[in-house]
Amino acid sequence: MVGNPAKVVIDGHAIETTDNATILEAARAAGIAIPTLCHFADLNDIGACRVCVVEVEGEDRLAASCNTCVQDGMVVRTDTDAVREARTVALQLLLSHHDLNCAYCKRNGTCRFQTLLLDAGLVEWDPTGTFMTEAPSAYPRHLEKGRRAAWPAQAIIQRDENRCVKCGRCIAACERLEDIGVWDFVGSGSRSTVGVRGATTAREAGCVACGQCITHCPTAALTERDDTQKLLDAIADPAKTTVVQIAPATRTSWGVGLGAEDGSLSVERMVAALKALGVDYVFDTCLAADLTIMEEGTELLSGLGSQAPDENGVTWPLFTSCCPAWVKHAKGAHHDVVEHLSTAKSPMMMFGAVAKTWFAENKGIAPADLFSVAIMPCTAKKHEIELPVNAHEDARDMDASLTTRELVRMIQASGIDVNALEDAPLDDPLGTFTGAGVIFGTTGGVMEAALRTAYYVATGELPPPDDFHFAVSPHGAWTEGSFDMKDSAVRCAVVHGLANAGALLDAIRAGVVEYDFVEVMACPSGCAGGGGQPIDGTDRELGLVRGQTLRAIDRDKMPIRYSHENPQIRMLYDEFFGKPCSELAHHLLHTVHMPDDAGAKAKGSR
Amino acid sequence: MSRLTIETPSYTEKTHARIAQHAAERLASIPPSQCPVDYTYSIARMFLADSCGKCTPCRAGLSACVEKLDAILAGNGTQADVEALRATARAMYAASDCAIGFTAGKVLLDAIEGFEEDLASHVESDRCSYRSSAVAPCMKECPAHVNVPAYLACIRAGRLDDALRVIRNDNPLPTVCGYVCEHPCEMVCRRSLQDAAVNICGLKRYAADNAAWSDAPEPLPSTGKKVTVVGGGPAGLSAAYYLRLMGHDVTIYDQREKLGGMARYGIPDYRLPQDKLDADIGFVLSTGIEVKANCAVGTDVDFDELVSGSDAVFVSIGAHDGKKLGCEGEDAEGVMSAVRFLRDVAEGAAPDLAGKRVCIVGGGNVAMDCTRTAKRLGAASVECVYRRRVADMTALPEEIDEAKAEGCQITQLEAPVAIKADAEGKVRALVTQPQIIGAIGRGGRPAPFDADVEQREIPCEVVIVAIGQAIDSGAFSKVVQTERGCIIAQEDGAIAEAPMPLFAGGDAVSGPATVIKAIAAGKVAAANIDNALGYTHDVHDYVDVPAARPAIGPHGRIDLKDVIFAEAAQTFEIAKLGMTAQEAAQESSRCLRCDHYGFGATCSQEVATW
Repeated sequence: MVGNPAKVVIDGHAIETTDNATILEAARAAGIAIPTLCHFADLNDIGACRVCVVEVEGEDRLAASCNTCVQDGMVVRTDTDAVREARTVALQLLLSHHDLNCAYCKRNGTCRFQTLLLDAGLVEWDPTGTFMTEAPSAYPRHLEKGRRAAWPAQAIIQRDENRCVKCGRCIAACERLEDIGVWDFVGSGSRSTVGVRGATTAREAGCVACGQCITHCPTAALTERDDTQKLLDAIADPAKTTVVQIAPATRTSWGVGLGAEDGSLSVERMVAALKALGVDYVFDTCLAADLTIMEEGTELLSGLGSQAPDENGVTWPLFTSCCPAWVKHAKGAHHDVVEHLSTAKSPMMMFGAVAKTWFAENKGIAPADLFSVAIMPCTAKKHEIELPVNAHEDARDMDASLTTRELVRMIQASGIDVNALEDAPLDDPLGTFTGAGVIFGTTGGVMEAALRTAYYVATGELPPPDDFHFAVSPHGAWTEGSFDMKDSAVRCAVVHGLANAGALLDAIRAGVVEYDFVEVMACPSGCAGGGGQPIDGTDRELGLVRGQTLRAIDRDKMPIRYSHENPQIRMLYDEFFGKPCSELAHHLLHTVHMPDDAGAKAKGSR
Repeated sequence: MSRLTIETPSYTEKTHARIAQHAAERLASIPPSQCPVDYTYSIARMFLADSCGKCTPCRAGLSACVEKLDAILAGNGTQADVEALRATARAMYAASDCAIGFTAGKVLLDAIEGFEEDLASHVESDRCSYRSSAVAPCMKECPAHVNVPAYLACIRAGRLDDALRVIRNDNPLPTVCGYVCEHPCEMVCRRSLQDAAVNICGLKRYAADNAAWSDAPEPLPSTGKKVTVVGGGPAGLSAAYYLRLMGHDVTIYDQREKLGGMARYGIPDYRLPQDKLDADIGFVLSTGIEVKANCAVGTDVDFDELVSGSDAVFVSIGAHDGKKLGCEGEDAEGVMSAVRFLRDVAEGAAPDLAGKRVCIVGGGNVAMDCTRTAKRLGAASVECVYRRRVADMTALPEEIDEAKAEGCQITQLEAPVAIKADAEGKVRALVTQPQIIGAIGRGGRPAPFDADVEQREIPCEVVIVAIGQAIDSGAFSKVVQTERGCIIAQEDGAIAEAPMPLFAGGDAVSGPATVIKAIAAGKVAAANIDNALGYTHDVHDYVDVPAARPAIGPHGRIDLKDVIFAEAAQTFEIAKLGMTAQEAAQESSRCLRCDHYGFGATCSQEVATW
């Protein structure tokens, strides 16, 4: 919708905008702050919390600025007594249903609701900063107990009814970004709350544990299952050797919550922090990303030109399988796609397999004594490590997968001042990685990394690394590009968000588009916008900027930008695997994907 | 102190009355979509405030029921609570001292019985099967689910052609509905919580009357599939329109000269001018639909032939046979069925009623149509005779009022028992047995019975029987089954066990109903026929709906004005005046945009294509 020019006055400031802008958008563009709670840019504007209400001249009642469009000549006030009273009542009512145990809460400091309460002067920290005191309120505390507050402890996505503000952001994120719809408003009237759609468990509702509901939650109503104790126990156990791998996207933002800005803290500082926690070896998953490229790229090239239409006449591409939420979704909801998923394991799982075989042998450590942990921007990785594909029968390839947020919490809880630490190098061997591995952490990165190496393998020439340009498809919300590789053109598409992926699959099924290779990431902007990434308490997507941080690292800081040029990758093939897709590589670095009926049932029942 | 005083209501009492009226309107207009248990709880609480507190079952029983329901709603209820609830309500009904208590007990018993599954779901899993609907009430209530807020917003923005495009996504006959829709949407309009329902139907007519002609959407590429529609009434036209847009080749067979079915041959011109109907039909046919008029299936063309030459068939033959009184003298000259009478008038072959006394038997909308049509044909007197009360008539109240205003007599509580003829076999009088309204049955409607007074003779020359219609499905009897005079079709419109995609809908399936229900049946059939042919075509015409703006504050509803009744009764010209631009601008600004405000904002993707 194209708007018409509109002149409005907000708090006395004359503003020129267009009439398709909301009052909130117009105000923010002019530097006028309006507090919001349920609003999330371009995703949720349901006007539920009523915190953003403003006075519009000539209107009897207040308007929600987040979902009321401006009109030419509109005069708005954001700071009147009526606005303040309505906002205060709304916040105090929400507070009366909120567990105000901030000091203990995972979202302390990044909680949108806490910020609003502090700003409004409705709560304040006691002088020691350990508990909140509350301004006098007409509304006594009402917290749920019993089965209504209960949640299965093993679930990856944890929900706390008593911290939910019923903003609906999780519902919108799951429905609109992922097209799954695990969450819904349930109950009626004053008992309305958020719950799993259709009275089933989240798993039965098709949850892929992507964690977007968590990163879009303004409070700690939604959090990931806390697995930090597993790593702390292993560190404390003298019989265990701890190995930690760091995923590409985590480096973009792990300083949030540690008094540092997005992207300002390096991988080497994270190594130092992990070592300070007592971890024995720290590596970078980027190396395993390079390994994935060797395997997946070989798989791609060997399949090129030999795709045949299936029994429905659909010609399928090869799909990336690094994203466990996408893989889980495909297994549950898109059975026809499953056999076209790359069999290459994700970088995390490849690293896990290498650590428990080649690395353990080299170091003389029994696989069962080696405790392998990943720091991931992802919650679905917690699900992926439980899949039954391991190198050894008596030990899992991966023992724990922690989110970036869990790492930050461990650092905070240990009292480590990351700003005072000296950088520390990654352990070696397996400590060298490339720019191709780094961009795995952002949408299109896997694709680009694969193309750089595939082009070299196919043509014998190195392509300029930044020459793979993708353009928005005319058929939907994904990008596409076609690249000549000697004999044939490789037709590629990149999509993020499972809702967009679903549309892409429909277009493939309908024969509207045909590709050879498709990268799918469940989270907006890929892993950089992952469900395990730090949350800053704002109401906008952070993945885009964080992804650009990774691009900049690849472009400006990495001496090697092609996976196949990673000397340690060459070493691994020379010493251990032989060549890509060899028998040993197949055993350790590839997996089998099987359709999962439970998820399909849930999707179909919607 | 005076011995007696003239009592006037206090400020408190006036406030009380005002709130009570609001509450009554609110209860009537909110669609039943709340949690049944929460609803029962709220009703019980309200009743509790009425209790004087004297007798035990009402005072303590009601509050015990409220407590039990509260526990169930809080997730702490047990099956024992439900049983206790039931026993308490039983005792309240049986043993309360006055109506405040025993009626409350009866309502609770009704609720416990009717909401048994919901109570169980709350007790067992702390879950409610109900959820608020994100679809605006008007849109949800409309049988064809027309996106009412969207087209009212277009009208408010002055974009009348876009308003019609929105309507035609779900209803290809916007003009017809603008004139004669029974507008169930207005019954649930949330604006009635504030003042009164938006005049949705009147606004639709305004848009249809004033929009510039626009071309129909281009059909999708041809599928080469042939679909035959039998009967060109609202159901058949709707199915044909959408199927054609989906790219199928569609042929409509109709036994009459012109299309329109009951909309043409059953609705008098003063309610729906034929040129208005022609405009909608012209739009539908402009998509490229073949029409075989004057072609009766079974007579002019064999049904088996049609079936073998088609990939799918939709039977929408309507209900064009009049039901009979079954009384003595019904075959006298001057007795006719309502269907026949209205059809003859529509075809320009109206009977000569000049100077004659006419009796109409029945109490529905068709009876009113006959009454007012007879008046327009110059009858000396027109009397509509009904065996129940006027309050029990199924005709729209405004139709009854207008018939009266035009000078027709509405006679209640007279049951026809015979028609007397003169020596030449011509009607001489309608004999009726006066009735008394009696006990209220389970359906909630009081039943009339014979009063202990003598029969009456109403002298007349013409009797029009408007007591219902039946279908004539003889030509299809090999493949379709009927029950109580209606074709048996599934929920999706399909005929079970048919040898090919055979669907049916409209009055022929539902029995005599409304235009919008027939349109909905046509739309349902079109979608399912498309699927049966192996497609999932989407023919949604995307319209950029104006952003929601707050509605104007409390304002009266703009009703359509009447032509002067005495003049209206002389002609078949339209009897209601359409809105002016000024009226439409104000009325459309009363729409509360329930698609944007309230729960409607939560999942706009629910309002989707079909």
